[in-house]
Amino acid sequence: MTTATLEDRERRRAWGFVAPALLWTLAFFVVPFLYMAAMSLWLRQGRDIVRVWNLDNYARFFTESALLKGLTNSLEITLTVTALSVLLAYPLAWIIAERVPKRWQRMALILAILPFWTSYVVRSYSWLLVLSKGGVINQALLGIGLISEPLEIASNRTATVIGFVHFFVMLLTLTIYSNLIQLSPNYRRAAADLGANGFQTFWHVVLPLTLPGIMTGAFLTFVLCIGDYITPQILGGNNELVLPQIIMLQIGRRADFPMAAALSIILMLAVTAAYLLCARWLKIERA
Amino acid sequence: MTRSIAGASARRLFSTAATLASVAFLAGQVSAAEELNALVWCDHTDPALIEPFEKANDVKVNLKEYEGTGAGISILEQSRPGDWDVMVIDAVDVHRVIDMGRLGEMPADALPSADLFPELRMEANNTRDGKTYAVTEKFGYNTISYDKTKVDPKDMEDLSVIWSDKYKGRIALYDYYLPMIGLVQLGLGNKTAELSEADMPAIEEKLSAMKAASKQVADVVSSQTALATGEVDILVGGGEWITASLAKDKPNLDWTVPKQGAVRWAQSIAVMKDSTKPDLALKFVQYILSPEGQARLATSSCYWGMPTNQKAGEHLAPEQKQALRWDDQPGYLQNTQLYPVPSAELDQKMQDAWTNMMQQ
Repeated sequence: MTTATLEDRERRRAWGFVAPALLWTLAFFVVPFLYMAAMSLWLRQGRDIVRVWNLDNYARFFTESALLKGLTNSLEITLTVTALSVLLAYPLAWIIAERVPKRWQRMALILAILPFWTSYVVRSYSWLLVLSKGGVINQALLGIGLISEPLEIASNRTATVIGFVHFFVMLLTLTIYSNLIQLSPNYRRAAADLGANGFQTFWHVVLPLTLPGIMTGAFLTFVLCIGDYITPQILGGNNELVLPQIIMLQIGRRADFPMAAALSIILMLAVTAAYLLCARWLKIERA
Repeated sequence: MTRSIAGASARRLFSTAATLASVAFLAGQVSAAEELNALVWCDHTDPALIEPFEKANDVKVNLKEYEGTGAGISILEQSRPGDWDVMVIDAVDVHRVIDMGRLGEMPADALPSADLFPELRMEANNTRDGKTYAVTEKFGYNTISYDKTKVDPKDMEDLSVIWSDKYKGRIALYDYYLPMIGLVQLGLGNKTAELSEADMPAIEEKLSAMKAASKQVADVVSSQTALATGEVDILVGGGEWITASLAKDKPNLDWTVPKQGAVRWAQSIAVMKDSTKPDLALKFVQYILSPEGQARLATSSCYWGMPTNQKAGEHLAPEQKQALRWDDQPGYLQNTQLYPVPSAELDQKMQDAWTNMMQQ
């Protein structure tokens, strides 16, 4: 009897701790999500929203090439950005963790994430100026005679990818660095004792043990990149639209909230698929 | 002990901060007795335009900026009646907001209609059943802006240049489907007011050619930046609203109305039906339409445009009038047409055509 009362008390206390987060999630995620899911089954007809359940918005998405291309553009850009960011961030994180003296590592990390301190919009517009015909890159290359005509690197996909990679390399550097410094040097010593050279140690020991850090950063990069509207809008030159831009068009120009809701659900499904692919590495565990 | 000292310091700090916040709040309350909520285009956010009204009337004007009628209507649909006192809207779309029951009638005799350019009174757009719901406050042209040092100005006199290959990769397209499709309609030799679904296949074909010849599709800021930085040499859909404010620093930029004509934009200002301060809202409209207000609105930092009140000319400097091409207006007004006004169905088709073009 006493045990049951104690258990009840413990359970109530546990619920007390969990309740605020649970209520917050219910109020600001679950309920809006359900409302959005319901709205995606309504229709905008003319200038009215008709509350009749149907799948027309989803059917439109799969039959109108301009809408479907928004998703393929988003996926292509996001996967390119994620891959490039991992390739650039890993060596940077490794250098900071392994080659920079301990007392300078904090400073090195601060320098690596310094661009985070500027506004996202300002940073995107700055890239536009850097990449433009008269920008620093083209002027430098023209000046040293490497090119005779300015490169077309602004207002297109290349510019969008550069802007994204600049941002996400910082994020990935942090997640990979935090994973690298947790690695016990004993793993490498053991590998060396067993006759592994530097590359073999990295390939068979260090890399697998830092995969959780890579995958956590890669997943965050995927989520933030595929849902971003600002960078493609400023740097892409509207030469192709990604899914968030198409969602904004539905809201801003057409007031077609049902279609915007359907596209948002599709975007969420893409993120969910990415999560399921990365799930085995996203567990909270020590290397 | 340390904790209690820290706690006392924190309480003092909190108390001081709260006092300062209260003083700041009360000061705000004292400095502006009333507030006016205005849903506007970016040209109304210039302090040089708004502050004189705020000071003269001891009021704080809260401005919410939007771009494009769809966005404005979307905001209205999400707002409660009474949230907005004043609204700026595309003159050709005034009836859409009247249909929503959101615009209030304004006393015609309280407005300086007789001082407006006759072509800009636009009674068909601003009134219904003899009642005035809006008044045109500013206008200009969606036409061709260009860098006269890099392109042949004679080429800019023919609208077909926008879908030719002559300046391939050196053109930016203004990202607003209504005037752009209107321009194509004019280029095809048709009237914007007669645009129908039957015209869309030919328009889509030209839009496709325009996209192939262009470097980018850009909003107001990006298109102005692209032209000013030399990223592109031609901006289709541009006009005085893009180049006039740059005239001083970038004298190489120019604009023209081609022989086939151009699209004329006009923005109207209206008082909301459910405004809780209709008198103050009307006062704001009167200020914007006054010669002084009109001159400030015409040369607003976001974009320039012609004032509709002819008396504003007395408050504009000669170089400002020159940049706005004040003396050329009679000819321009004759050779330009208003935005197309599509039905909801045609509007969807036009937007689809524009989205398809961007995804090409």
